[in-house]
Amino acid sequence: MNIFQQQHWIVGSVMSQGEEIPRVSTSLTSEDIMGAIKVRLSISRMDYAVEPGLYVVGSPDATSPVLVSANYKLSFDNLRKELEGLDVWILVLDTKGVNVWCSAGKGTFGTEEIVGRVRSVGLDKMVSHRKLILPQLSAPGVAAHKVKGDCGFQVIYGPVRASDIKNFLKAGMKTTPEMRRVRFDFLDRLVVVPVEIIQWAPHVFLLGLVMVALSGIVGTGYDVNLLCTRGFMALIIVLSTFLAGSILCPALLPWLPGKAFSIKGMWVGFIIWGILVLSECGSTLGIHFPLEAWAWLPIILAIISFIAMNFTGCSTFTSQSGVKREMRYAIPVQILLLVIGIALWIKAGLL
Amino acid sequence: MKYLSNVTTLKLDDKKCIGCGMCEIVCPHAVFSIEGGKALISDRDACMECGACSKNCPVCALSVNSGVGCATGIINGVLGGGECCGSKDCSCS
Repeated sequence: MNIFQQQHWIVGSVMSQGEEIPRVSTSLTSEDIMGAIKVRLSISRMDYAVEPGLYVVGSPDATSPVLVSANYKLSFDNLRKELEGLDVWILVLDTKGVNVWCSAGKGTFGTEEIVGRVRSVGLDKMVSHRKLILPQLSAPGVAAHKVKGDCGFQVIYGPVRASDIKNFLKAGMKTTPEMRRVRFDFLDRLVVVPVEIIQWAPHVFLLGLVMVALSGIVGTGYDVNLLCTRGFMALIIVLSTFLAGSILCPALLPWLPGKAFSIKGMWVGFIIWGILVLSECGSTLGIHFPLEAWAWLPIILAIISFIAMNFTGCSTFTSQSGVKREMRYAIPVQILLLVIGIALWIKAGLL
Repeated sequence: MKYLSNVTTLKLDDKKCIGCGMCEIVCPHAVFSIEGGKALISDRDACMECGACSKNCPVCALSVNSGVGCATGIINGVLGGGECCGSKDCSCS
């Protein structure tokens, strides 16, 4: 018995061609859910993998369908929880613990891995048919005609979402146009927010610390006392702006004017600046002078525009050529805004 | 939601196309339709350059400079940080 058969999601096994194949549960336990929450918070995200190989759900026979999965446990869990009551084979590829779409983009969910895995598990002996059902989002890494040529198995691209698999199978392995379309709904957008925040927080914190250091400048002298008052307030504004932007940009994405993400972010920047300056909170945070208030506008625009621009990687519809085009004008503008803002802010401190 | 217009590098060679419909199946943004036994790029600006169509075209009628539309990945690449997906810093999940 292999060590991976001690996993809590393995519930028994079946014998096929003299081999013991682990059977997986179709319901998620609190352990699976905690694991999912942890990776969504960026904790041990790169070690969240399932052992590659052949698994079963139910009691499949030689005619049962074969579903191919990535070995990122979040992807694998997402698949198995939709398979209740089915008798199917699951062929888990070694995608280095990365999800279907990203590993296909890198080519690890690819033709070679599929052909190699089909051979190493002896799939041609386990099933009498010659069909593999792949998630549609693996297509950037897989050449269906080459898989067929190399191992004799025909690739059938299934639905984008695992939740459509039952209907796909019921319809005789046919997808509807709706099943093939990728979406980017409200929850899809928000679920990736924590990882983005954790990724950029150290950089933004550093910017805040630079402003703390600069806050002591008074004319030709330097007043250390200001670091704890004006400097600390600046740090708080930078961090809260960053947090608000990291949540609001993804949440409001479809309704923000403009196509470029950096421009969408500017609108959020205006909103946050407006709230900061106009609300009571603005005055308690130490914004008393008009120049100080104005100085924060370009700083906030630069931060939020940059954060929004980096959300392109989380989105499901931005092209690399498009992102490169956007970055060519957005990055110089963001740097310019930040420099102007900080210069104005230092000047405001001198008044 | 649509991203920038007139930017995709997607190209279709009409003469090579055999109208098998594979591109229409694998495209996650319904960029293609099959008309008169040939593929047609019917929604060009929806293309995100994932490369699924060109990879699965059995007669190499499609070409696209595929890549991940990820600003962080591009910045990391320029700064020498290497790839996006698979690294500890990537938000791909």
